[in-house]
Amino acid sequence: MTTVRHPVATASDDVAGRHLAEEGAPRTPSAGRSPVRRRRENWRIRGELAILLGPALVVFVSFVILPVVLAAYYGFYKWSGFGTPTDFVGIRNYVTILTDPAFHEALGHNAFIVIGSLVLQGPLALGLALLLNRKMRAQSLIRVLIFVPYVISEVVVGLGWGLLLQSGGALNGLLEKIGLGALRADWISDPALAIWTLLIIITWKYIGFAVILFLAGLQGIPEELSEAAAIDGASYWQIQRHIVLPLMGPTIRIWAFLSIIGSLQLFDLVWIIWGQYVASTAGTSTMATYMVSNGRNAGSFGYGSAVAVVMFLISLAVALIYQRFVLRRDTAGALTGGTK
Amino acid sequence: MTATATLVTPRGGKAPRRSPVGTNRGSSVIVGFVALLLIGMMLAPVVYIILGGFRSNAEITVDPSGFPTRWNWENYADVLTSGVFWGQVGNSAIAAVATTVFVVALGLMAAYALSRYRFRGRGAIYALFTAGLMFPMTVAITPLYILVRNLGLMNSLAGVIVPQIAFALPLTIIILSPFLAAIPNELQEASSIDGLGRLGFFWRMVLPLAVPAVVTVGILAFVNSWNSYMLPLFILNNEATYTLPLGTQAFASQYSVDTARVLAFTSLSMIPALLFFSVFERRIVGGLTGAVKG
Repeated sequence: MTTVRHPVATASDDVAGRHLAEEGAPRTPSAGRSPVRRRRENWRIRGELAILLGPALVVFVSFVILPVVLAAYYGFYKWSGFGTPTDFVGIRNYVTILTDPAFHEALGHNAFIVIGSLVLQGPLALGLALLLNRKMRAQSLIRVLIFVPYVISEVVVGLGWGLLLQSGGALNGLLEKIGLGALRADWISDPALAIWTLLIIITWKYIGFAVILFLAGLQGIPEELSEAAAIDGASYWQIQRHIVLPLMGPTIRIWAFLSIIGSLQLFDLVWIIWGQYVASTAGTSTMATYMVSNGRNAGSFGYGSAVAVVMFLISLAVALIYQRFVLRRDTAGALTGGTK
Repeated sequence: MTATATLVTPRGGKAPRRSPVGTNRGSSVIVGFVALLLIGMMLAPVVYIILGGFRSNAEITVDPSGFPTRWNWENYADVLTSGVFWGQVGNSAIAAVATTVFVVALGLMAAYALSRYRFRGRGAIYALFTAGLMFPMTVAITPLYILVRNLGLMNSLAGVIVPQIAFALPLTIIILSPFLAAIPNELQEASSIDGLGRLGFFWRMVLPLAVPAVVTVGILAFVNSWNSYMLPLFILNNEATYTLPLGTQAFASQYSVDTARVLAFTSLSMIPALLFFSVFERRIVGGLTGAVKG
């Protein structure tokens, strides 16, 4: 956007924004302003920026960026978390992680959850959003109900599903009652089933988020388009397929991005339902649970930090590849375009 | 093309439109049925938790999937009269309110600077905040724990609140910035003619106009803090400082034989977030619309 936003401060904008290509070129001497006044205005703007941006930047840098940087540093040490790390081990932590079969397993589970979430949640959530976007009776009530699982905490979800699915739990009881007793299973501790159970619980929990995003996206599509298509004789499904879906592209791609990143960092639900030890035997461990059980809980903060770095690099690589190949067209509009 | 069609056969233009309406009516029964089925599946586990709180342990053991035969309020009454529950509600409320207030205040200020000032490094700072979206707390938790411990904030709510503010800032700024950038310049020009400076404009014009987006980010921050698990798990080891999620889990392992009471505790602990969300649901979808479109 090339408009100057502060008419009052044109002169100082000229100075402060000198580097900006769009404002840099025509740097005409501002009419009748003395350099002293201009400089004072310039300092005032800097002061305002410091007041406005300073607190957010300080908090963000010291509690988000700094820990990530510290993780990279601690990762090269064998360190129990007390005093300053002194036992430098180079890349040995990383070699251990990358050759540990338990980590490979955890990584595999993460990959399964990433793909499973996209495949299950995407189409389901899109269908639900289209459904909820239609005018129907009790629409707002239904909307609230769909979001219930998303709003309740992971602990509630974990405890509830845990009791529901345990071998003497309600699901097996219900199956027995309706004559499907043969289908009874150990949903949580059977290694052949546990990861699928986890996937279903995740889908149940997070689909509301996808629906919210999709509904917001749908509301951004002008109704005139669908009306025009309807006048041209397009059926409901044709309209959804050829008009709504392509226009939803950016929203869907952003959701998929958030879903992938979330799946790679999965911790809460696994930790609450399976706990540290069962997660590895039932086959639901993730990189994050591996990190906590082998890091803090084992008193090896250097090793835990190294796992965090590996997780971060994997997430970053996935994010960059995704941005490069999938989000390319949208980044100007949605993720970074806010202030452009 | 449409125009000619309508001109030549005015009725013909209408006919194809009528038939989809007909099928729509037929299909809307199916659609409604599917909707009901899905909602049933979404709600079943929640209903199980709430109803389970009204049953007795004996009932639950004999028939885990049944309805309460006798509505038994004692489980709920026990939880509601226990100081432990209310202590945890208080801790969660303090953490959530403090997080929300500071996230909204810091986020608004930063978003205002980033969307309505032009200065060197603006793009870089915005990119830094957006990059924050890629660092969920999981990646930073180990050093974050050390950092909080070195600051002497272990077992205190402040040790949870400050990192939560930091991690909520990226999303807040990303949602607020386009909103603030969309406020017309004419408004700012007009108010500057009336003698309002840039900060005055922020207080008198931007804040009232930004209320819808602020409500959205506020609710997200509140609900996230209310439900937050990993950070309190690392920082709060003392039962007196437990927030509701930690307390619920501790209660569940302490009374693991008393399933009915665990279910009552669990269902009571989800009420506040649910209430909060259902009141503001419309606002969230509305506030996100701008952010998603960019």
